[in-house]
Amino acid sequence: MSEPIVKISGLNKWYGEFHVLRDIDLAVQKGERIVICGPSGSGKSTLIRCINALEEFQEGEIVVDGIELGPNLKHIDAVRREVGMVFQSFNLFPHLTVLDNCTLAPIWVRNIPKKDAEETAMKFLERVKIPHQANKFPGQMSGGQQQRVAIARALTMNPKVMLFDEPTSALDPEMVKEVLDTMVDLAEEGMTMLVVTHEMGFAREVANRVVFMDAGQIIEANTPNEFFAAPQHARTKLFLSQILR
Amino acid sequence: MSDVISSSFVRRDLLAERPAPVKTTGFIGLMRTRLFNSPTNILLTILGALLLWFTIVPSVKFLMVDAVWSGKDRAACLAENAGFAVGACWPYIQAKFPQLIYGFYPEAERWRVNLTLLLAAILLLPLLIPRLPAKGLNAGLFFVAFPVVAFFLLHGGGIKGFGLSWTAGLLQLFDESIVGAGQALLTSSKTSAIGPLLWVLGSLIALLGTVIHWLIFPLTWLRDYIQGTGQSVWTDFAVTAAIVCLITFVLGGGVRTGGRALASSIATFIAIAIVIKLMDLDHGGLPVVTTNLWGGLLVTLVVSVTGIVTSLPIGIALALGRRSTIPLIRIFSIAFIEFWRGVPLITVLFFATYMLPLFLPGNFTVDGLVRALIGIALFTGAYQAENVRGGLAAIPRGQSEAAAALGLSWWKTTSLIVLPQALRHVIPNLVNSFISLFKDTSLVSIVALFDLLGSLRASFADPKWSTPSTAFTGFAFAGIIYFMFCFGMSRYSLFVEHRLNAHRRN
Repeated sequence: MSEPIVKISGLNKWYGEFHVLRDIDLAVQKGERIVICGPSGSGKSTLIRCINALEEFQEGEIVVDGIELGPNLKHIDAVRREVGMVFQSFNLFPHLTVLDNCTLAPIWVRNIPKKDAEETAMKFLERVKIPHQANKFPGQMSGGQQQRVAIARALTMNPKVMLFDEPTSALDPEMVKEVLDTMVDLAEEGMTMLVVTHEMGFAREVANRVVFMDAGQIIEANTPNEFFAAPQHARTKLFLSQILR
Repeated sequence: MSDVISSSFVRRDLLAERPAPVKTTGFIGLMRTRLFNSPTNILLTILGALLLWFTIVPSVKFLMVDAVWSGKDRAACLAENAGFAVGACWPYIQAKFPQLIYGFYPEAERWRVNLTLLLAAILLLPLLIPRLPAKGLNAGLFFVAFPVVAFFLLHGGGIKGFGLSWTAGLLQLFDESIVGAGQALLTSSKTSAIGPLLWVLGSLIALLGTVIHWLIFPLTWLRDYIQGTGQSVWTDFAVTAAIVCLITFVLGGGVRTGGRALASSIATFIAIAIVIKLMDLDHGGLPVVTTNLWGGLLVTLVVSVTGIVTSLPIGIALALGRRSTIPLIRIFSIAFIEFWRGVPLITVLFFATYMLPLFLPGNFTVDGLVRALIGIALFTGAYQAENVRGGLAAIPRGQSEAAAALGLSWWKTTSLIVLPQALRHVIPNLVNSFISLFKDTSLVSIVALFDLLGSLRASFADPKWSTPSTAFTGFAFAGIIYFMFCFGMSRYSLFVEHRLNAHRRN
């Protein structure tokens, strides 16, 4: 096995006195798709937010593509350039058009000329199937479209890893599919993905591994087939019985 | 009317469009549906009409119908000469108009004020119209070049040196104050109980001053050498231009990409040279008009425009500082804001005018108008800080998180994502403060600066125009001028708000 692209070892995090992540060890290979699930408050979002240093942590180490991110958060900018993130609430910049949303970071972080950045942005907007809305403002679009723009925006920075923090939880059921389809396409192109989601269908179809978390720790990690067919831990069984009816 | 539709129905003939019933549209519709549609509304309509009757009619009567329009002195505006109860006495305004606009600015030099106002209008109007191009250049001219030109136009005077001399002078002043502090400590060490400690401290500070003196010696020597030559301004100018151009060239990326930066800095210096030559600054410039002669609308505009332009950056900096995670910056910002908000503007102006000179070193004087300007800028800055903070608080955390996740630094996140949204939220509040600042400028009249209102009140003392309606006419005139500016700002802010918030309309 080659060196993992994301390697989390001995990660511990506290919110004040509250121990929110406990001894997390996780290695993600290049091109691997990992779905993280678990009850709310189990620390799934916190975990992936640690990977691009949106949350600081007190102990342990995260290595992304050879760049080391310790508790003192050195190399924070280098890591963020390698990692794209999609949020539950889209977090598009409402005062900028869709196109400007997608060109902002390439222009200001990577110093790419505006024209080139716009070409690249249009390419990614085509890939998420909304090129004709490029000059609209986010507020004029549906939730599903906004989330696809958010995916395109993250992709314009050519990340090596994509993090998804419950990307479909804020969407109407009708729109969940268009976003999931986009993510499936992305997975088929070989993108390394860490996805926090409750979409078990997506996990079955796309994931290489499913990680189940509870109370700040990884309870069980397995291939989707094994995970859904034969969960080992009692807590996993309970969780699955609750969500799969 | 069709019958009740039974369970299955297919329309055969499409219905043609009909005009709305007469009684619901137009003036009659308005009366029926909005003005007289309920007992409360009937009452309110009548009260409104009465209010208009008792305010508009007397105003028009006073300002237009009963007004005296021409005359040479108070005699024209007296009821016994005019033959009716005199309203506004407009010849008085006509006679005092120059004083209300320029104050005691010498009559021969008033073209300079006109030119400055014209320049301001020429530079400001294109800046306010979004469709016109070259906003960057325009803003640079208005915010950087214009204040300097306006200073030399309004105040007059020339320059003896340029960048190099100024830098050397500033450093020397800094150095001298350090040495002075050291000397003061040494002197007091002879009498104090903690003498030895003060002596050590004083010696250290004096030593530091000496070190700085030798560090800046090449600069001061060069300055003295240049001052010795006949063409001190232009030699200094050339040296400064060369140094600055070189620095921008290197910072711009050297041979590879620095060409643009070099070209623009050379262009800037050529422009500066033209201005210096045009205004004859190297030979003493225009005759000096000290600020105690300024007055009228000129002072009102100088104070309010400077206040508006400087208070917003101060406010933004303080608002960001107040939300900073660095304790020292946060505490400083909070203390600064709370101090200035807790003190009345009149106190600030009094302090700036009469007490500040007591604290400053003897050789260091600041012009009275400048002192008032600084006081007003800091005062309004503290208010603007709270306005901006309100806008910052309205921006969800997800915005800066998303920007951070894309790799944007704190500065870029703040200037590209957070501030543009925050400021849009608080445009009404910001303009509210601007308007109140514009009117608060009238308070400078208590520190012996004659703004529009101050000049007006000074003109009341003239016995040549003392009539029963002089004061009313004067205040009406001042009110109209204030209203024009404030209403203009208000309307423009609405326009900007509407335009910048395009993204919030679906």
